[in-house]
Amino acid sequence: MAAPLVWLAVTGCRQDMHDQPRYEAQEESRFFEDRRASRPLPEGALARGFLRQDTKFYQGKDGDQMVKEFPLPVTAALLARGQERYNIYCSPCHGQTGDGNGMIPSRGAKHPPSYHLDRLREAPVGYFYDVITNGFGAMYDYSAQIQDPQDRWAIVAYIRVLQRSRYAPETDAPAEERNRLGPPPAKPVVPAATTGAAQ
Amino acid sequence: MPQIFHRSANIYSKASIVGGVLFAGLALTLILTISRSSYATQQNVNRDQPVPFSHAHHVGGMGLDCRYCHNSVEISSSANVPPTKTCMNCHSMVWNESPTLEPVRASFRTNESIAWTRVHDLPDYVYFNHSIHVNKGVGCQTCHGQVDRMALMAQHSPLTMEWCLDCHRQPERYVRKREDVFRMDYVPPSNQLELGKQLVAEYKIAKTENLTSCSTCHR
Ligand code: HEC
Ligand code: HEC
Ligand code: HEC
Ligand code: HEC
Ligand code: HEC
Ligand code: HEC
Repeated sequence: MAAPLVWLAVTGCRQDMHDQPRYEAQEESRFFEDRRASRPLPEGALARGFLRQDTKFYQGKDGDQMVKEFPLPVTAALLARGQERYNIYCSPCHGQTGDGNGMIPSRGAKHPPSYHLDRLREAPVGYFYDVITNGFGAMYDYSAQIQDPQDRWAIVAYIRVLQRSRYAPETDAPAEERNRLGPPPAKPVVPAATTGAAQ
Repeated sequence: MPQIFHRSANIYSKASIVGGVLFAGLALTLILTISRSSYATQQNVNRDQPVPFSHAHHVGGMGLDCRYCHNSVEISSSANVPPTKTCMNCHSMVWNESPTLEPVRASFRTNESIAWTRVHDLPDYVYFNHSIHVNKGVGCQTCHGQVDRMALMAQHSPLTMEWCLDCHRQPERYVRKREDVFRMDYVPPSNQLELGKQLVAEYKIAKTENLTSCSTCHR
């Protein structure tokens, strides 16, 4: 009686069904030389439907000029998406208000420039798209982390919102809110170099 | 004919019937308890990793969003463990000479993957999908616990079938608003059931019959 039980207990515990002969995402492979089961695309390979000829949309460039106009409609939904994506991927370094005082520079990384510099306020939108896609100086590119070009444009649109928030004319406020604002300050407001309030 | 058994055998036989049932019950309870114990399910065991990556530092300390690294979690069944390049976004600038991080820099130089040790691993006969859970308002915290306090990653939940079903039978006990899914400091409100029922309707969460049918998870 005991012998078959022991036999069952021993042979019943094989793990074949737990670990089946197929790969899961990111599993180690013993077949390929680089031991990756998730295969990198061969150079130049193009999935059907992924031909990216519209350079304005996919590269932010028109010929060798950076595009100045958004190549997609800027809607409230796009801005909301941009705010969310910006806070995930950019705010650790550029700060939630875009002045460059994020958490990582405060721990010793290179300080990024503020988006509120005249130079960047005047930069065309295609330039920001290009920095996200290809990186800039010490900043690595975010093309792998932000794969959807639409998300990159959403972030660029939100950067424009941040920039405008520092220099918004009174007429940006709806009429009924406008008379609740105090009198305009005597000299232009100098952007405070603190993070936080923009949320 | 003489009696084979002594009179006292009656007591033994009765006792052994009761005892046998009790023993079987006890053994069964023991087996079930052990198989559900945190020892068998490997809960809260820290795994050694090639680099002592700390979620407590990066999430709790610096406030990084899960999606900065696990960027496929909203769109794919698997939440990817980030490639070396993601670490180098920052570690080309901070702690860029620390010996602890040498395996990361070596991996970046040689283009060889860092071999992270898996912490969560369902058997291959179970189908799991992150994106549906995340998009229907199940927080990372509900399944993975206080990741922002883990110096080394450990599995928080048992990952047994019983555990999955506990939620699939009554998702309203756990779901939260979509914008709170990635928060680690979320505390369920006192009216969780009310809010849960409302969200189940709003997010059109599937019926319990569908969520508990075998082929949902064993396909
Ligand atoms: C890991 C930190 C870090 C993150 C995250 C980061 N950046 Fe940067 N960024 C930098 C640094 C550092 C510089 C300055 C680079 C230099 O001057 O060498 C910079 C520069 C820039 C510039 C200015 C280029 C110029 O002309 O001066 C833009 C625009 C920019 N980043 C956009 C972004 C956007 C958009 C994101 C989010 C998708 C982002 N960055 C995320 C660190 C970061
Ligand atoms: C800076 C990048 C980074 C961020 C941000 C991050 N993680 Fe991770 N995560 C990793 C790395 C690298 C691993 C693999 C090493 C390990 O298991 O500790 C990992 C592993 C995990 C695992 C275990 C995977 C396994 O092997 O089973 C879980 C669960 C997890 N992370 C959840 C989260 C959650 C939830 C958040 C947000 C609160 C988060 N992570 C934020 C980099 C990150
Ligand atoms: C957004 C920036 C950022 C990213 C991305 C990042 N780190 Fe870090 N990491 C830091 C900073 C800043 C510190 C210094 C911690 C401190 O000052 O408390 C650090 C510290 C560390 C340390 C040593 C201190 C500790 O926490 O024990 C290790 C190891 C480490 N990181 C590993 C990694 C790995 C592996 C990855 C990729 C999965 C990664 N980091 C991605 C910013 C980052
Ligand atoms: C419904 C429960 C649940 C939720 C919610 C959840 N996870 Fe998971 N997670 C799991 C399970 C189960 C596994 C093991 C999957 C496997 O073995 O196939 C896992 C595995 C992982 C892994 C290892 C890689 C993989 O996909 O196998 C990472 C990283 C991870 N989770 C991160 C996250 C992050 C980040 C979030 C929040 C955005 C999250 N998880 C939300 C249950 C959950
Ligand atoms: C805290 C709650 C919770 C836990 C724990 C949980 N789930 Fe879910 N699960 C959900 C919700 C909510 C949905 C969304 C149902 C819908 O509307 O399709 C879902 C959906 C799914 C689906 C997709 C169903 C479909 O129709 O395609 C699968 C597969 C699944 N879960 C597997 C699992 C497995 C396997 C586990 C255990 C490892 C698990 N879940 C644990 C809440 C949970
Ligand atoms: C919500 C997802 C889910 C559903 C629905 C589900 N299972 Fe499972 N099942 C699991 C998970 C997860 C495991 C792995 C448990 C473990 O590793 O401990 C499992 C394991 C099993 C096992 C193996 C048990 C063992 O100990 O090896 C069997 C048999 C099984 N399920 C049968 C069923 C049947 C029959 C149904 C339908 C009545 C069903 N399951 C429905 C998630 C599910």
